[in-house]
Amino acid sequence: MEYILIIISAIFINNIVLAQFLGVCPFLGVSSKVNTAVGMTGAVTFVMVLATMSTYLIQTYVLEKLGIAFMQTITYILVIAFLVQIVEIILKKISQPLYQALGIFLPLITTNCAVLGVAILVIKNNYNLLESVVYSAATATGFGLALLILAGIREQLDLVNVPEGMKGVPVSLVTAGILALAFMGFTGIIR
Amino acid sequence: MSQLQNFTKGFIRENPLLVLVLGTCPALATTTSSLNGMGMGIATTFVLICSNVVISLLSDLIPDKVRIPAFIVIIASFVTIVDLIMQAFVPDLYQALGIFIPLIVVNCIVLGRAEAFASKNKTLTSLIDGAGMGLGFTMALGLLGAMREILGEGAIFGYKFIKSDGILVFILAPGAFIALGYVIALVNKIRKTSK
Repeated sequence: MEYILIIISAIFINNIVLAQFLGVCPFLGVSSKVNTAVGMTGAVTFVMVLATMSTYLIQTYVLEKLGIAFMQTITYILVIAFLVQIVEIILKKISQPLYQALGIFLPLITTNCAVLGVAILVIKNNYNLLESVVYSAATATGFGLALLILAGIREQLDLVNVPEGMKGVPVSLVTAGILALAFMGFTGIIR
Repeated sequence: MSQLQNFTKGFIRENPLLVLVLGTCPALATTTSSLNGMGMGIATTFVLICSNVVISLLSDLIPDKVRIPAFIVIIASFVTIVDLIMQAFVPDLYQALGIFIPLIVVNCIVLGRAEAFASKNKTLTSLIDGAGMGLGFTMALGLLGAMREILGEGAIFGYKFIKSDGILVFILAPGAFIALGYVIALVNKIRKTSK
């Protein structure tokens, strides 16, 4: 039951992008096509779950044992950078088209605040290892959901006549705002 | 380019938030009031200046292949310093900004300036660039925060000047996206007409 609550809360109520503002850069960057959005979601999910798991273990068994919890930020970012490098190498080997589609955004997962954010939030919320993994997977799903919805809307927006100054980023932001308004409707499902 | 131009380019022409659209996450999350927004901006400016200076000094020593991890470690060290300082001296602001202080490390502006500017320029130029960019970011955050505070609470810098409640949605998450969208649209419009 506890896990179901974590999942619903992470996907709908505290959606990582629309309610917590983490990972807005890739949210705006790769949401112009549904295909790239799917690839990005896959990459983020993989990195996020792995990163949360490894940073959790490092935090509990290394940093806290040695009493150097203040090294959190530096350690985490290095672990994430390392993981992203691995994902990049694997993706390059197994799926060339996907690798090309994600292009610049793959190395940018390192500086995706959603990944580091989830790793830190898990420690702040005092989750155990299993809860952390469930939470990170659910959060990544929520990220994917928001990304896919926005990508779908933006493909339609290309066909519409948008005022000159609103073209590109501004209209996406306003769309995201309306999306966030819709997601606020989920508040109160659980407490 | 003169040093003055170098300093002022971050204000409007290359404003990191409003023109380059970098660092949107902290911009949306911390601008619930103008003071929070500016606090975040100042913290980011400090990291930006320090990391720019150190990276420009070390750029000859760092091998090209490992430069990004090296930059990130330098930035993360300064973020840790800011994190501890703010926790000690401004606990209220630290509470309000929460997770977004450690997250300065993944702010695209800081790494972006390190890679695009500080690694290729002299120390003094990099310092001025960092200060200008940081100030531009702080101003953009202050503006966005003030706008949301006025619309959402009828207050500015915590001083309430409209008696009624205001439009609550501007303090909440959706208002952040909508407000930033319209501010960027406005800046686009101004840049187009001034050309």
